[in-house]
Amino acid sequence: MVSLVWLIPALPLVGFLLLLCFGKRLGEPAAGWLATAMVGGSFVVALLAFIGLHSQPDNTFSQVLFTWIPAGRFNVDVGFLFDPLSSAMILFVTGVGALIHLYSIGYMHGDPRFSKFFLYLNLFVFSMLMLVLGNNLLITFLGWEGVGVCSYFLVSFWFEKLPNATAGKKAFITNRIGDWGFMVGIFITWFTFGTIQYTQFLPVSPGVATTTATLISLMLFIGAVGKSAQFPLYLWLPDAMAGPTPVSALIHAATMVTAGVYLMVRINPMLHAASPWLSTAIAWIGVLTALLAATIAIAQTDIKKVLAYSTVSQLGYMFLAVGVGGYWVAIFHMITHAFFKALLFLGAGSVMHGVDGEQDMRRMGALRKLMPITAGAFIVGWLAISGVVPLSGFWSKDEILTYALHRSPALYAIGLFTALLTAFYMSREVFLVFYGDARWNNPIEPSTIEAQSDADIVTPPVHASEIHPHESPWMMTAPLVVLAVLAALAGFINLPFSGTPHWLENWLEPVTGQFGVELNNSNAYIVGLLLISTIVAVSGIGLGYAVYQRHKIPANVFERRLFLNGWYYDLAVSDFMNRPGRVFFAGVAWVDGHVIDGAVNGVGSITRSAGGMIRKTQSGLVRSYAMAITIGAVLLLLFVLTRVTW
Amino acid sequence: MNSVAATQGFQPYWYLVLAAMVFTIGAVGLLVRRSPLVMLMCVELMLNAVNLTFVTFGRMLNDVGGQVIVFFVLVVAAAEVVVGLGIIVAVARRRPNATIDDVSALRG
Amino acid sequence: MCAAIVLIGACGVVLSKHPVHSALSLVATLFGVAVLFLNENAQLLAVVQVIVYTGAIVVLILFVLMLLGVDTEDDLSVDPIVGQRALAYLAGFALLGSLLSVFIINRDALVTGRRSVSAALSGESSNIALLGRQIFTTWIFAFEITAGLLTVAVIGAVVMARRPSSYEPLPEPESMDDDGYEPEEVEA
Repeated sequence: MVSLVWLIPALPLVGFLLLLCFGKRLGEPAAGWLATAMVGGSFVVALLAFIGLHSQPDNTFSQVLFTWIPAGRFNVDVGFLFDPLSSAMILFVTGVGALIHLYSIGYMHGDPRFSKFFLYLNLFVFSMLMLVLGNNLLITFLGWEGVGVCSYFLVSFWFEKLPNATAGKKAFITNRIGDWGFMVGIFITWFTFGTIQYTQFLPVSPGVATTTATLISLMLFIGAVGKSAQFPLYLWLPDAMAGPTPVSALIHAATMVTAGVYLMVRINPMLHAASPWLSTAIAWIGVLTALLAATIAIAQTDIKKVLAYSTVSQLGYMFLAVGVGGYWVAIFHMITHAFFKALLFLGAGSVMHGVDGEQDMRRMGALRKLMPITAGAFIVGWLAISGVVPLSGFWSKDEILTYALHRSPALYAIGLFTALLTAFYMSREVFLVFYGDARWNNPIEPSTIEAQSDADIVTPPVHASEIHPHESPWMMTAPLVVLAVLAALAGFINLPFSGTPHWLENWLEPVTGQFGVELNNSNAYIVGLLLISTIVAVSGIGLGYAVYQRHKIPANVFERRLFLNGWYYDLAVSDFMNRPGRVFFAGVAWVDGHVIDGAVNGVGSITRSAGGMIRKTQSGLVRSYAMAITIGAVLLLLFVLTRVTW
Repeated sequence: MNSVAATQGFQPYWYLVLAAMVFTIGAVGLLVRRSPLVMLMCVELMLNAVNLTFVTFGRMLNDVGGQVIVFFVLVVAAAEVVVGLGIIVAVARRRPNATIDDVSALRG
Repeated sequence: MCAAIVLIGACGVVLSKHPVHSALSLVATLFGVAVLFLNENAQLLAVVQVIVYTGAIVVLILFVLMLLGVDTEDDLSVDPIVGQRALAYLAGFALLGSLLSVFIINRDALVTGRRSVSAALSGESSNIALLGRQIFTTWIFAFEITAGLLTVAVIGAVVMARRPSSYEPLPEPESMDDDGYEPEEVEA
């Protein structure tokens, strides 16, 4: 069973290749079904392999396919490490991926490049699986780059509009900055250990010098910051909403952005061996990013942008968990987040599909009756993310806060406040979209927010008279229902009380148990914290209700222009790049053109001139040649004469 | 051995000395003269000097191999003269009064 | 005495202004060498030298001289190639000096090899028979190859001496210096 693990990434790869060759011919919807079948097949195999994994020692199984780089001391295999961590991730990556593929068949209906979309999706799933399953840093990096590239392809899928193409570039380039850190981390790892295979260097990492461990972990963390959109590299995620909604759901909610968290959890022995300030820094970066993103989300008007900033915020929670030593908790939140965030994104896509592409929430409203399934699923997702008991988000977020409190009350307080904001802005979104008055026929009122934001990518509003909201086809609503069920129930895989089975924590123990923090709080303590979280969540929802449903408090108290423009961070970055940055880039280009190219051209011109000089000896004159021969012969003769014995 | 050489009049090395001088004269002439025909004759001079050397060494080693070599050198020299003259005639037909410096088209 | 003839002839070849004078000096040299061959018990070679070299080769050279017109040589006092003459004298001096030094200093022990490797020279049979036996037994392969060489030379000479269809003097070749290539400016 478990030796089938190679099949898991192979199936999407086959799908990609088939679609590459025959995609146009298959057309719609066969291409979509093929892609979905491949990923679905991956899920089935993953399930079987997961079952088979229980019989392996330590629940870990390694499989090496072939040696990729046999370069003396640097030996890299293409191999898979199927252990508790990767198996847990594989399951939800393929599962959610399959559901999103199914959803896309309905969503991308009528698109002229239908099969290409699925081609990219399959390639993405393949890359993500390689990332997670890889047994060494280089395979993970291969997958890392692969998902970055696919993100670029998919975000700029509708590249005919310039903003979409720009967003794709932005995503890729910002990722690249993080990738630099990842690469340096790989180099240092190899220099220190002589190997980059997880099973070889992780067990010995506690013994390595603290500075080295800190450096490696810091570099890999930089990579994670880029990929998982933490401050300061989160700029690309909101702009990436220019891509089709399934892309946002798959890549920017459930899978790619979690790669950074995965990496951190994977190298947790190294992180543990590093200086304590690094973990603290990770925790603080995570929680501050969460807070920052939550404040920005309050003021957004685009239905997807709210979810984008929400993703950044939730990822901040995951990094907070990593920073305080709750590695399995980060994975727990990753799983629940995958379910409810994918659900929310797909729901948003369904809503947009229903209102013919309108993305501005100020022009929606009262859609609950017209799109009941979508609304129901979205509401489940809303409650999950807000942390309402007994949905999954509640359990995972509370675990994170418990661990945060264990480390520092300040972290806990900020995390709690962010939870309040989360509940608030999600409620705002739900009330604006599904409740209230039907506003899709109204012109845009500038009453609540002063003006359109300065730096956002503007989606032009759809003409009013064309909107007739309707429910989406079954291919789109079925995944919503499935995800809603999962979002509701996923929390039960790990209830915090001491009497309940801690399935996830125990399952992940071989990977995270050695260095993760383990809390043994009394049940009363746990219940106390749960109560606080519930109060916070309910007050957030209540506040949202008061502002947006009952209109008791005017909205512009909360929807500040500062938040709408993302604390002007994006603008600051582009400004910097435009002025000082441009000078610097011009300088670099000059160096490249004159120094580097100059050296290369210099070699060429030196060769030319040397050749030109030597050419003069070929005068064509016979007598010169004869002279050369004679002189050579004479010299030879003289040389021999010096050697003989007289 | 020495007495045998002494009764033969000139000691053999005089022949070698003469051959060396003729060879040098031929070499210098090859380098200095510009008419292709004269250069060819200088080449013949050099070949003759070499022949003389070989025969002398053959006598000194009491070996007929020296003369065999000269035999072949003679034949090859004849062939070479034939070809050389053919070239000179072909060149001179196109360009009368051509010295050897004028056939320098194979320049680099 | 023969040596003197040889030397004078050699100088004559090199120093004569007129090519025909050079050819006649060459004849003198060749005859002198033939006599020296006789002196060295190389009778066949002496005869062959007279027949082939003086009888055929020099005659051929004179043929070509006559065919191409008997002109005077260019001015011998100046050499168009810079330094050629000086270098030639230098090289000749060095060459002669080294060879003479070898021969004269070692005049008593010039040969150190094994005697009579091929066949004894001072033997019973005549020189012709001795030589013939060596050529046709030990060196038969070289003999055959040389025959081939002669054939090829004849064919080559015939090919080269054919009259071309269009018979006009070649134009002077253009200068083959820098063909005007300039690297383009690279834009940064």
